[in-house]
Order: sequence, then C-alpha cells, then structure tokens
Amino acid sequence: MTCAFRRAHAEGATIAATADVIERTSEPPRLRLRHRVRELWSYREVLLNLVRKELKVKYTGSVLGAIWSLLNPVVFLAVFTFVSKVLGNSIQDYAVFLLAGLLAWNLFAVSLGTGAQSVVANSNLVKKVYFPREILPLATVGVALVDFVLQSAVYLGIITLFGYGFVLAFVWLYPLAIVAALVFTVAVTFWVSSMNVRYRDMQHLIGLALLVWFWLTPIVYSARTVYTTLAEKSWGALAWRIYLLNPMAWVVMGLQRALYHSADAEKVLAPFSVGHLAVGLLVAIAAVTALLYLTWRLFFAMSGDFAEEL
Amino acid sequence: MRAIEVDDVSKRFRMYREKPSSLKQRLLSGRVRADDFWALRDVSLDIDQGEFFALIGHNGSGKSTLLKVIAGILRPSEGLVRQRGRLAGLLELGAGFHPELTGRENVYLNTAFLGLSHRQTDAVIDDIVGFAEVEEFIDTQVKFYSAGMLMRLGFACAVHVDPEVILIDEVLAVGDESFQARCLDRIRTFQAEGRTIVLVTHALDLARQLCDRAVMLDHGRVHALGSPEEVVREMRMTILKHDLEYAREEGSREIEILSGALLYGVDPLDGPLRPGESVTIQVDLKANEPVDDPVVSFALHDGANNFVFGGDTARQHVALGLLDGKRRVRFELGPVPLTGGQYWVTLGVHSRDNARVYHVQDQRYSFEIRQVEGRRDQTFMPVAVEVEEL
Repeated sequence: MTCAFRRAHAEGATIAATADVIERTSEPPRLRLRHRVRELWSYREVLLNLVRKELKVKYTGSVLGAIWSLLNPVVFLAVFTFVSKVLGNSIQDYAVFLLAGLLAWNLFAVSLGTGAQSVVANSNLVKKVYFPREILPLATVGVALVDFVLQSAVYLGIITLFGYGFVLAFVWLYPLAIVAALVFTVAVTFWVSSMNVRYRDMQHLIGLALLVWFWLTPIVYSARTVYTTLAEKSWGALAWRIYLLNPMAWVVMGLQRALYHSADAEKVLAPFSVGHLAVGLLVAIAAVTALLYLTWRLFFAMSGDFAEEL
Repeated sequence: MRAIEVDDVSKRFRMYREKPSSLKQRLLSGRVRADDFWALRDVSLDIDQGEFFALIGHNGSGKSTLLKVIAGILRPSEGLVRQRGRLAGLLELGAGFHPELTGRENVYLNTAFLGLSHRQTDAVIDDIVGFAEVEEFIDTQVKFYSAGMLMRLGFACAVHVDPEVILIDEVLAVGDESFQARCLDRIRTFQAEGRTIVLVTHALDLARQLCDRAVMLDHGRVHALGSPEEVVREMRMTILKHDLEYAREEGSREIEILSGALLYGVDPLDGPLRPGESVTIQVDLKANEPVDDPVVSFALHDGANNFVFGGDTARQHVALGLLDGKRRVRFELGPVPLTGGQYWVTLGVHSRDNARVYHVQDQRYSFEIRQVEGRRDQTFMPVAVEVEEL
C-alpha cells in the first residue's frame, strides 16, 4: 500500500504539481504534522468565517453588542476594588491581582466548556461537508481568544490609566504565560471535543472539573499563602509539588508576577523569582506542546468516524 | 489520469440496539450489542479526470455512502480510496447556513467550506446573488428567506466554486424549471472545462444524456458498470423485475393470463416511448376449462394511480366465442395522446356481465413516455400544417 502510494504520488508530481493525492483507508489516519498544518492553513478562511459567525451570532440582537464583553473587566475592577476597600482584604490592589489570572482562566474555561460541544453542535456540517474537523474546536478557542484580547486590552488600559503601570523586569513573562495558556487550551479542547462525540456526558463532567480546577489554581487567592500553609505540614512539600503540576497554576503565577507589583507583592505572589517562573513556563510550554501533539493525534484518529458517530 | 480510484471499498455501519452515548452507560453496560450492516461491499471503480460519472441505484443501494466515502466524510471499513485534485462535495445545499447571518455573510461562509478564499468570493459574489435571484434580500438575515430562496442561494454558491472534482448528491432537483435549466447549463460548462463530476441521481434520463459513464449499485455492490446506456438499461430491467414481484393478481382462474406484453416500435428497454407513437398490448390466454364468451379488458393508470383509459373486447364488438386452449388477443392503440410519465397496465379476463372474474393482473406491466424537453403539453395531438400562397 505504501509502495502504491509513493508511485501515485510521484506520478501526480510529474503531471500536475498542484494535484495532491489523498488516500483514504480503513486505518485510522496517522497524523503527519507538516501535511496537516498545511491542510489546516488552506482552510483558514473557514476558521475565520466560523469565528466571525460565532461572534456575530453571539452579539446580534443585543443593543450593546461586543460592549458587553468589554464591560466585564470594567465591572470586575470596580466591584472588587470597592469590596476590598470596604471589607478590607489582605491583598492590596486586589482587582488588579484577580484579573491578571482570571482573564486567562476564562479563556481556558470558556474554550473547554463550549469546545466540548463544538463537534456535536455542528453535526449537520460534519455529516455533510468535508473540512478538517480541527477547525471546529479551534473556532471555539478563537472566539474565546477574541474576548480575551478585548478584555485584556480594557484591563491593561485601565491599570495604565490609573497609574498602576508596568515593570519592565517582570512584564516579559506575560507573552510566555499567554503562549502556555493558549497551547494548553487548544490541547485540552481537542481532547474534550473528540471525547464528547462518543460520550455526551463529557460536557457535564467538564463543568464540574472546571469548578474544582478553578479553586486548585491560585486565581482568587494568593499562591504564597498556599505555600506557607503547606510548609507547616509534614506532607506539605509533596502536596506543593503536586499543586505545581497544574500548567494553569504556572500560567496564572506568571501573569500575576508580570502585572502585579504592589508594595507587598512578595507576600502575595508565588515564592519564585522571575527567572524561576520563566523556566517554569518554558517547561510548561514544552509539556503542553507534547500534550497538544498527543490530543491532536487522538482527535485526528477519531475524526474519521465523527460523521458516523453523530 | 485517474481523478478517483476506489479500490475494493467496503463500508460497515454498526447498528446499535441501544448505543451507549454516555460514560455512565458505557461503564455499566459491559459489552454492547450491535448488528453489522454493510452499506458497501467490495466496490471498485476508477473515474478519469474530466469524466462525468453517474452513480445510480435504488434507495438504500449505497450511492450516497459511496459519495461520502469519496468525499472523505466517511472512512471506508475496508479498502482504499485515492483521490487527486481539489474536491468540492455538494452533498447538501447551503450546508452550514446560519439563520442569524445575512445572505451575504452566509455566502462567504458557505464558499469557504467549498474552498474559496474571501477574495475569490468577492470576485463572484455578484454572480452568485444574480444566479440565485435574491438581489433585494442579500443583506437580510436568511431566517427570513423562503425555502426556495435558500435552496437557490445554496446552489448558486455551489456552482460558483472552482474545484477539480465535484461530487453532487441529488441536488439538481431543486427550483422551478428555468432554474433547473440554468443549473444544467452550469453543469455542462463544468463538463466542458474538463472538471471531473460525480453525480448521484434518480433521474435516469438525465444520467443517460449527460454522463460519460455510470455505475449501478445494488445492496452495496457494483451491479453494472459501463456506458450510461447499458447501466440505465440494466437499472430499468431491475425496476421491471421489482415491479413484477409486487404486482397483485386475483381471479378464479378458469382462464389464465399466461403473459402480457407491450409492443412498440422501439426496443422497450431502449427507453421510453415518444408522444404520438403507437403501442400494442398483447395478451396470451389459456383456458383451464372451456368457457363461453369471455371478455378481455385492459386499463391504463398514470404514475399517480389515476385512471387514464380503458377498453375491452366487448366494447370493440369482438366476441371470443367458446374459449378452449390458448388464444392471443392484441389491442392496437393508435397514436398515444399521452405526455411524459410512467403508465401502468392492468389486464383482466372476465364474463360479459362482469359477474365472474377469471383472472386479473393489477398494474403488472408498465411503459414510459418521454416528456419532450421544454414542453408542458397536457396531451398529444398530431398536427398537420399546410401553407399555401394566396
């Protein structure tokens, strides 16, 4: 079969350079990255159109449209600044601290929540039209990403406007953390969207898992507190290590270090230097990229049967 | 060069009694009971570049499954499909149209699925809108469109893409006559441009007129493969056989109808009759016991089971006398004034007062009359024209 394929390919190459030979066999397809990325690239218009469609559908019929999405961080900043001023919170400039991690978490959680249903919800397309199925979960991540970018722009704009500013020594962690968050989001979304085709209760499971996961990630509370609390326990060192296996913990700690620098930041932020965090994020990026490869392979192998399973 | 090679392809569907669709069920139920259903079995065929190829067969014969396997929507269970060149599958018109988006936005979305970039669509959007005749509504959300408008817009998108291989599933039967004619024009243009077209259709005459080659599938296997004339003839044969199995018969059988036949100038399997040609209904009888003065009758029904015309020997003042042994009766029908469609023939033998029915074969035989293209006549009359100088 491979021999026949090579011959066909050579023949195709000599006669018509554009004519790619596509083979469909009974074997679940094996992911050949370079080939697949090229295929996805040729379908980028579909991805863009789907993202545009989702955004349009999401905001048509509402008066303020995309403003709703932008209001989110504004209201959060206002409410949490007010609440922590009135009630007194141990974390100074709490709203700045909270949103640093929360926006990235929302990108992750929204992508997973809607991504789980992305293939199932588009069953009419999957059954009737050929296109690389990865487009569907990627489109949900794309929609969440647009929201994330808009909200981050508002958030970063507001903290600059109110004179909070950035510290050059820290802020370069920001892109590293975003890359890690994005790759991890895509990887997990691939997995949940393909699993949900076979087992529809995946989407409920995801809801619960995200709730637990949210509280296992230092978004609303300080990572330093976790560290000091655990340090007093005999099993604390091990628990702390397990706590750090969570890629989202590194993303959030990185973002907080990049953007939050109040007077007593050291009492709040994770007990790692910038360099340590950078290394941690690079390791996380390597790990989630490997994970992406695995979940992509799984998704790709399963995608051949989506039309049948739906 | 081959555009599509289908090599020993089989497709199995698992028909679950009750499919475990959740983790919980999967964990609790243990082994899953499923029956296998083979929608395709050892199908092999090659389609050359630039060829217009028709897939025909009865409902459930596997045509659409084969098309989906070629399109890459379904994975073969066995075998191999090799396909060369950019492919657009029109398996459903307007797949992915979203009701909240405007016609224009949906066009961009739909053509993207068919492989067009935004800029390429910019170049053809006016043609698409014109072709679909929805100029005034193109910036309206498609939820306000009529079914016909949606269909036309879907087809317009589909025929303005630029693929090397086009798969079409039964979508030609949309719209009114003038729209259909334009669709066919477009398909012929595709053909002339040397694109490969694979068409699934029930319209046998269309397949015969347009296609270079055809395959007939039956229960997932290749039943006939070759020139469209041969394959369509084979398809007509199996339709006739199929009809025979379902025909109803009744009667006391003192006299039996041995066989009935429809005779006309052309070979009956060579295709339908034209309006104005004549038909002979020939009935062979055999008396199992001597019967005096039987009457032979026939009736014609159209495709919608409306009675069209009938006649019998008594009405034509022909008496058969005492029937003992075998007898052949022929009804010669003059220029048939019927227009396009399928007609069914019922034959009967009974006593003159209709009190005893010896044998009736209910709509067992059929013939087809071809609709002359572009005519909407309800009946046919021979017309003679005379012109003279005054």
